[in-house]
Amino acid sequence: MKILFYGYGNPGRQDDGLGIYFVEEMEKFVRDKDISDISFDSNYQLNIEDADTIKNYDLVFFCDASQENIDDYCITKVSPSDAHIEFTMHAVSPAFVLNLCKNIYNMAPDTYLIHIKGYSWHFMEKISKQADKNFQSALCYFEKLLQQQKNLLP
Amino acid sequence: MPKKITIEPVTRVEGHGKVTIHLDDNLNVVQSRLHIVEFRGFERFVQGRPYWEAPVLVQRLCGICPVSHHLAAAKAIDMLVGAGNGDGLTPTGEKMRRLMHYGQIFQSHSLHFFHLVSPDLLFGIDADPSVRNIIGVAMENKDLAVQGVMMRKFGQEIIEATAGKKIHGTGAIPGGINKNLSIEERDRFLDGKAFPNVDQMIEWSLGALDFFKDYHKKNRDFIDHFAAFPSSHLSLVRKDGALDMYHGVLRAVDAEGKVILNDVDYQDYLDYIGEEVRSWSYMKFPYLKKYGKKNGWYRVGPLARLNTANFIPSPLAQKEFEQFKAYTNGKPNNMSMHMHWARLIEILHAAEMMKELLHDPDLQGEDLVVTGTKQYEGIGLLEAPRGTLFHHYRINEQDQITMANLIVSTTNNNEPMNRAVAEVAREYLTGQEKITEGMLNAVEVAIRAYDPCLSCATHALGKMPLEITLFDSKDQIIDKKRN
Repeated sequence: MKILFYGYGNPGRQDDGLGIYFVEEMEKFVRDKDISDISFDSNYQLNIEDADTIKNYDLVFFCDASQENIDDYCITKVSPSDAHIEFTMHAVSPAFVLNLCKNIYNMAPDTYLIHIKGYSWHFMEKISKQADKNFQSALCYFEKLLQQQKNLLP
Repeated sequence: MPKKITIEPVTRVEGHGKVTIHLDDNLNVVQSRLHIVEFRGFERFVQGRPYWEAPVLVQRLCGICPVSHHLAAAKAIDMLVGAGNGDGLTPTGEKMRRLMHYGQIFQSHSLHFFHLVSPDLLFGIDADPSVRNIIGVAMENKDLAVQGVMMRKFGQEIIEATAGKKIHGTGAIPGGINKNLSIEERDRFLDGKAFPNVDQMIEWSLGALDFFKDYHKKNRDFIDHFAAFPSSHLSLVRKDGALDMYHGVLRAVDAEGKVILNDVDYQDYLDYIGEEVRSWSYMKFPYLKKYGKKNGWYRVGPLARLNTANFIPSPLAQKEFEQFKAYTNGKPNNMSMHMHWARLIEILHAAEMMKELLHDPDLQGEDLVVTGTKQYEGIGLLEAPRGTLFHHYRINEQDQITMANLIVSTTNNNEPMNRAVAEVAREYLTGQEKITEGMLNAVEVAIRAYDPCLSCATHALGKMPLEITLFDSKDQIIDKKRN
């Protein structure tokens, strides 16, 4: 199974970089544990070319900072039907990317979005203390999950 | 009863816009305004930081066109290290930066045309928004959608190869560039194995132009008259008058083609350009000082660039440019929807220039940086996808930035976007009591022609896309709508 972790956000705007930092840390973990078939990518924001990026994977995890009313982090299933249209469309949502992939390549990998709660969005590269706690919780969850999966392999 | 209509996209932490349209008792449009909240805090933020950080720091400003800010800042910082005024770099340094810049122009313009414009052209501006988008395009014309995706990808790959990475690229450094392009990196863009190659990009660019020109033939009235209004136009041009998006002199022409700013050195921009503050908008209104606040406003961007340039220095784009100029008998083109035509010609030019550069052995050169005598003031301009971008810095003895002034493309187009909205409001909203999706989109189409960058990089989940609020004469909300 080919898996992609894709973080997006601007690490120059404090907690907006949570998705990027998450993917960086996951990559280190996967490299240390020598886990195969997992790829990583990141960018400031998602856009239409990401439909081409995800088409070759079986499972995709997008990761972004969140301002939603959640405690620390959560994972939601992404459905192509959730895609909505925004005003300037300089950036698109994971659902939009998935929907586009489905429509132009007839492929729709299982896709999830990891939402990590953020609080501060100033011109700094340091994430806030509270966001860091949420970040560590999300990281811990996925590291355990990947470790368990690895242990199950022959 | 007089009404006030508000179209308010609330999209980002900083940087959003709304449109207010005032109707009188007879439902005539009496006033329309585009309000954009432009975040200026960045200019304060960089004060006190060492100047060599600027090309990387400025990428925090905008996640949509970070490369344009990266390169404009780098050009200004070149001056601080005594590396000349935009033309003093080594051949490898300058050509790597140009390749990065053409990659940015190519991907940004492609996104705009395929993602934002083609749905309006394919389905019409009255069409249901759930269909009028690139997914609708994919269902109607899959080839067109795939081309848009792959052209974006090609440009992004060029940026990554020249800037070093996608996020907070470090390619441009004071006095040059920190890497060249290896043969292996170059061949990815030529051999077509990883993704379609540069020749395919040129072919698709020509195909997109044919698509637009065919649409224009069939819809001449809409394309020629929608949101059209006379204006002056400003851009950089090469010293010989050629289109040059990386470096040049400042030129402006009026609506009739008379040169009103004659190839001046952009180091003197403060002598020629002022910025007006208006009480109802957070975004300033730039103008040519000689012509005053009322008459000195101008357009920037693809349309302005083709109106100011004498020729395009790449053969296929030059051929298209000649058709474009012939359409208005050599006079400036003041039709807002022709911005798309101009943008497509620039896509073709960017593709041709990328091909030329990819075959240039200077990109494998080892001489990357030049140094000189320290200066205390640096100004860097370039033509970003949306128009002329100004970066201006002053530093002290300790190499700290003491002053920064940025005029971004969207700011330069503030007055023209307001004019475009006014034209459309009069045409579509006069006498109407209900706002339809088509009317709303007509206003958006006028703004979108300028491809304004309303966001400032942060985009965290949980923000809503667009809200319309209808007020009565007492400013009470009588209706609210989101799309």
